[in-house]
Amino acid sequence: MSESLDLRLALAETELENPVLPYLRQDRIPHIWCPGCGIGSVVTSFAEAVRRSKLDRDKIAVVSGIGCTGRVAGYVDFDSMHTTHGRAIPVATGLHLANPDLKVVVFSGDGDLTGIGGNHFIHAARRNMNLTVICVNNFTYGMTGGQVTPTTPSGANASTTPYGNYEYPFSLPFLADAAGATYIARWTSLHSRNVTQSIEEALKHKGFSFVEVISPCTTLYLRRNRLGDGVDTLQYYQDNSILKHGADTRETAIDFQGKMLVGKFVERQKPTYLDAVNATCAKLIGDDYQLYGKTPPEKEAEKKAAAKGKKKAAK
Amino acid sequence: MNTEIRFSGFGGQGIIRCALITGKALSLYDDKFATMTQAFGPEARGSACSAQLVVSDEKVLYPYITAPAVLMALSQEAYEKYHGEVIEGGTLIVDADLVKTREEHPGRTLWKVPATRFAEELGNRMFTNLVALGFFAAVTGVVSDAAMKQALPGLVPDRFLKINIKAFEKGYMHGLEVTKLDTAEVPAA
Amino acid sequence: MTEATLKADPKGVLTGVHFIDGDHAACEGALAAGCRFVAGYPITPSTEIVERFAARIPKVGGVFIQMEDELAASIAIQGGVWAGHKVMNVTSGPGLSLMMEHLGYAAMTETPCVWVDVQRGGPSTGLPTLPAQADMMQVKWGSHGDYEIIALSPNSPQECFDLMIKAFNLSEEYRCPVFLMMDEVVGHMTERVNIPPADQIEITDRKWTKKKPGEYKAYATTSDDLVPEMVKAGDGYRIHVTGLTHDERGYPAMDVPNQAKLIPRLLNKIRNNTEQLLDVRMDGCDDADVIVMSFGITSRVATAAIEAARAKGLKVGNLRLIICWPFPVKLIQQLAEKVKAFVVPELNMGQMVLEVRRAVEGKVKVISIPHPGGTVHEPETILEQIIEAAR
Repeated sequence: MSESLDLRLALAETELENPVLPYLRQDRIPHIWCPGCGIGSVVTSFAEAVRRSKLDRDKIAVVSGIGCTGRVAGYVDFDSMHTTHGRAIPVATGLHLANPDLKVVVFSGDGDLTGIGGNHFIHAARRNMNLTVICVNNFTYGMTGGQVTPTTPSGANASTTPYGNYEYPFSLPFLADAAGATYIARWTSLHSRNVTQSIEEALKHKGFSFVEVISPCTTLYLRRNRLGDGVDTLQYYQDNSILKHGADTRETAIDFQGKMLVGKFVERQKPTYLDAVNATCAKLIGDDYQLYGKTPPEKEAEKKAAAKGKKKAAK
Repeated sequence: MNTEIRFSGFGGQGIIRCALITGKALSLYDDKFATMTQAFGPEARGSACSAQLVVSDEKVLYPYITAPAVLMALSQEAYEKYHGEVIEGGTLIVDADLVKTREEHPGRTLWKVPATRFAEELGNRMFTNLVALGFFAAVTGVVSDAAMKQALPGLVPDRFLKINIKAFEKGYMHGLEVTKLDTAEVPAA
Repeated sequence: MTEATLKADPKGVLTGVHFIDGDHAACEGALAAGCRFVAGYPITPSTEIVERFAARIPKVGGVFIQMEDELAASIAIQGGVWAGHKVMNVTSGPGLSLMMEHLGYAAMTETPCVWVDVQRGGPSTGLPTLPAQADMMQVKWGSHGDYEIIALSPNSPQECFDLMIKAFNLSEEYRCPVFLMMDEVVGHMTERVNIPPADQIEITDRKWTKKKPGEYKAYATTSDDLVPEMVKAGDGYRIHVTGLTHDERGYPAMDVPNQAKLIPRLLNKIRNNTEQLLDVRMDGCDDADVIVMSFGITSRVATAAIEAARAKGLKVGNLRLIICWPFPVKLIQQLAEKVKAFVVPELNMGQMVLEVRRAVEGKVKVISIPHPGGTVHEPETILEQIIEAAR
């Protein structure tokens, strides 16, 4: 009798528990994000993606720069670094190269990632550095009060373009593609399940994987552009997102309140930075070279393959 | 007492290498102190190339040369640029075929060594610097020939080590011969 | 201090006697000290250090990456530290200026790392291939906010090797950025360098915690020991590292009490140990009338001048700073009781001389011998000032 009651209580507790909670530093909640902001739903998707991926969460490190999205590193319960403005990718590069067993994830906003940090973004993509980069793109610098960013659509209003943005924005999937990223997807914060799936794929992808999530900034971008509240924006996302997997990234530009292509645009394989380092050094140095950053099973497999090759040659 | 040496020529002659080999020989195998400096940057990539060595029985304090006792000049430009700084009683060594010298260097000894020609006879003018170095070691006595040969591994490519030693010896023997014959031009001061 | 002392890993130690320049010797020092990850960006006259590292590291076991700029290099290395490596950051003036924000990040997050500045003439692009010692104040004060660093100044290729190892050890002991303040002359001059066997090189291990996840607090310290214990990413501690003002757990805590607790600790872990961090060479200072204080390449030229002055019968002391920061205030004050004057030659327009003046508080004469850089002082110039000071 009491046993079944315990079971029921345990079940009730399980049902009540938010599945994301174990992935958050609960002693850091409440967070600083505004009502209607999309960052939280991306974090939820990330947590769910990690859960589904079955990766060892203690071998995942989360790095972010400065800004609203930059705060993600402080709320998620992983090894995490909250770095300087724009420099999340270099820090992630350092973590990854110094310990290739880590899966390093960068959380960054559009201003942090492609404004002050744009140089690092294109170079990490060019090197096919084995990192996962998640960009919450809300078209504005939120934490500093709604200034124009490299992704703000032409014509949109920002605090530093009070008469409308006269610059041409970046299309981030196109930028990432041109720079050499090997996994590229875009969704909006409405597409929670797709975001989850893409992040899971990105985590398992070997190479530079990039997931862009278009997301509302209710307090600044929406208000300043008279676009209503968070719900209105989700409606806009629903009405204007066009699913096109494998789309040519040249077609992914976003006009002010225009149509947006979403989907998985790019997925290809090519040697990562460390693969290339190892291949070059092994060729040059020969047997003395110790492969850098291969996991023990990988090294074991390579040894076996090499031994097999030798045997075959001997026969 | 410091001895200051300037090696000079044009880029590609192995001038810096001359200073490295001599410095290494002196400080590792001849029990001396040697400090080597060289010009860097765009200036160093022009036609004139120079490396300097301060040699002493004690730790060298001032790193640059101020009054060189020995000048090796393997190009006309280097000779023109540097011959005036050699101190009285000092030595000038020039490539016999590449450098046209003025007639007199009062109070200085002028040696002309056919380094490039000898190197060509050995098969390649890339050995010019080693011929010149051998000659330099013989006529100045600043550094021992044994130390110089000991210093070569690591500073010349392994596959050219033997021929470099041969080049050095050729210059060295020539140096010994001419000093014996005393054919150097030593005009009175 | 509780950190463990180990012997150097023989894989990184190029034991033997070499004829190499200061840049190459500095790289060998880093390898001997256990540095296995460098993210670099080339800049004259420091480039040879990273070039050599790039050539050597595949055989030693580790990795080098040339980053896209100095901003990336100076913070990528800090990522490397939190993944468990010993790292160094190599640059010169213009690069150093770009790196200043990350100097503050390393100080704030207590990330042990070595910064090599091969000083050239400035400001701006200045004299890329010629020497100066004009970044002395920049490393002390260049990043915003209050922080402390340690800075060492070698005067020969041999010391580039020796002091590099010391710099690594101090960075682990104090968990702060430690500078090796080279200059173009020392970096590019070639001399005999003796690299001892690995078992004769003492290495300070990182101050790893023995606490378990859950018990461990990333920035907890005691009143006896102001340096927190460290962990690395991937070991299950789920640490959080931030440049924001943080509490003992490492969580952002942007308020007055946490600022009032954290910042004085960051400063005092160095300031309280100024005596332990005293590293000078003194010769003839006990009965001197005049003391010449110098550091780096200038100390060699100054020694030549001091020898000349002594030959003239003057009583001249030779005080050379090996560790420039923290500045040995107390020592200068003690010496000021005995001497008539200090003479301070340096390859800048008067930087460390300000520290001497600050220490002696007007009690004795302090003569600056400034130099805009591009070459070293002439010993005669220093000699003239010694004679002047002795009057």
